[in-house]
Amino acid sequence: MTLALAVDIGLTLLVLAVACWTLAVRDTFTSVIGFVAYGLLLALIWVRLAAPDVALTEAAMGSGLTGLLLLGAAARLQNAKNISAPPGLALRWVAGVLCALVSAGLAAMVLLLPDPAPTLAPAVVAHLPATGLGNPVTGVLLAYRAIDTLLEAVVLLPALLGVWSLAADRDWGGAPRLRYHRPDGALTLLAQVLPPFGIIVGIYLCWNGADQPGGAFQGGAVLAAMWALILTAGLAEAPPVSRRWLRWLLVAGSAVFLVIGLAGIGFADAFLAYPAGYAKPLILTIELVLTLSIAVALGLLIAGPPTRTPS
Amino acid sequence: MSIALGLFTIFAVVAGAFFFLAGTVGLLRFPDPLTRLHALTKADNLGLGLVVIGLLPQVAWPLGAIKLIAIWLIVLFAATTVSQLMARAARDGGPPV
Amino acid sequence: MTIPDLLLAAAVFVLATVALGMVRILRGPAAADRMMAAQLFGTGGIAALLLLGVATEANAVLDVALVLALLAAFASVAFVQGASHPDGDDSKETHSE
Repeated sequence: MTLALAVDIGLTLLVLAVACWTLAVRDTFTSVIGFVAYGLLLALIWVRLAAPDVALTEAAMGSGLTGLLLLGAAARLQNAKNISAPPGLALRWVAGVLCALVSAGLAAMVLLLPDPAPTLAPAVVAHLPATGLGNPVTGVLLAYRAIDTLLEAVVLLPALLGVWSLAADRDWGGAPRLRYHRPDGALTLLAQVLPPFGIIVGIYLCWNGADQPGGAFQGGAVLAAMWALILTAGLAEAPPVSRRWLRWLLVAGSAVFLVIGLAGIGFADAFLAYPAGYAKPLILTIELVLTLSIAVALGLLIAGPPTRTPS
Repeated sequence: MSIALGLFTIFAVVAGAFFFLAGTVGLLRFPDPLTRLHALTKADNLGLGLVVIGLLPQVAWPLGAIKLIAIWLIVLFAATTVSQLMARAARDGGPPV
Repeated sequence: MTIPDLLLAAAVFVLATVALGMVRILRGPAAADRMMAAQLFGTGGIAALLLLGVATEANAVLDVALVLALLAAFASVAFVQGASHPDGDDSKETHSE
């Protein structure tokens, strides 16, 4: 057995152990930590599988941002204990069996794939020069399967509406509140120094997406975390959710994507098709506006429902 | 790659791994939160720091090296801040989660 | 043993070590102890990622680690905030239900 194989087996066992741990622990916070640790290990496995794009997405969205949302949810649940009775044994069994069925189905699909598995990878690589991009993953996400990415960007808006709908009637129109419970010099310093570097990294990821692993969602996640850090330290207040410019910012990414996609019907004979020679600038434009909208949407998701605080 | 740089990498990475071990042992064995915090900061600062220093000769110069050092500085800075917050939570005898 | 082999072995060693530290999350007893174990796992995870990436010669791994470091910085703060502040001493969130 080679060392690399031993490393991979060790990683796999560790992921399984952390996954079981996450499911088995009783405490919500402990479970969330398990989930974040699990995501970190998954990112490591994607690196081992030579899929840095997926590793980056897992680190930014799967583990990082989802972990932040779960942390926020766990904190809110603590504030509002005993709202409802815990699910009964029957419901837990049904949920468990359904989840096991989904896992078994996925495993069966992977095992039943013919060898070699059918792939579109050669076709993607052969046509990549037409897009002017250097990263085949971005080519798939923003050219060949742009409709998926458009829907992913749009789906953030209903998610945000879902969070906002948790606000009580009297709180509607207020601003989300994320501030740390007591002023702290160290936290203030962190929130003053870190965001400039975070913003550079966020822009770098978005810009890099054309030729290297990166993209709008990853860049947006970093920008959103930096914004949330500033809000937590109390260096800035979140805008009230009723602000018109905020709404425009939220829909700008999807709107630009949609307009360019519709223009494709006239100029390139298909929805979401790019005219020859203009693919790369159009894709970069979409990525740029999308990054901004995604950052605002993710930041507001972290910040939670609006409240009206007596000032 | 010269042998000296290779030896340097091996030495620094092994030393870094040792500090992660020491930090974990301290976290598990030390008697109270503040001493455990002391153990944790050794892993955060020295463990990652030595790993980063050890990897420096192995990455592309200069962008890779700049990124490596930036990662260390970010973790160092964030860990320092969070240690302050955690120490205050420990001093207040924060309620068990 | 070549250098990539050693880096791979070091990555798994660091990961296994900090995973062991997660026992502290279960044992507690204070909220701060849980935070420390989580913080250690984050730093160890970043170190393992760097070791693994350099050993596999995956350059993009530096970007992954950079993103993780930035997100972990805020996640730690959010975690301390959530875990050390369950019932809102001076929080304005009044739950009248």
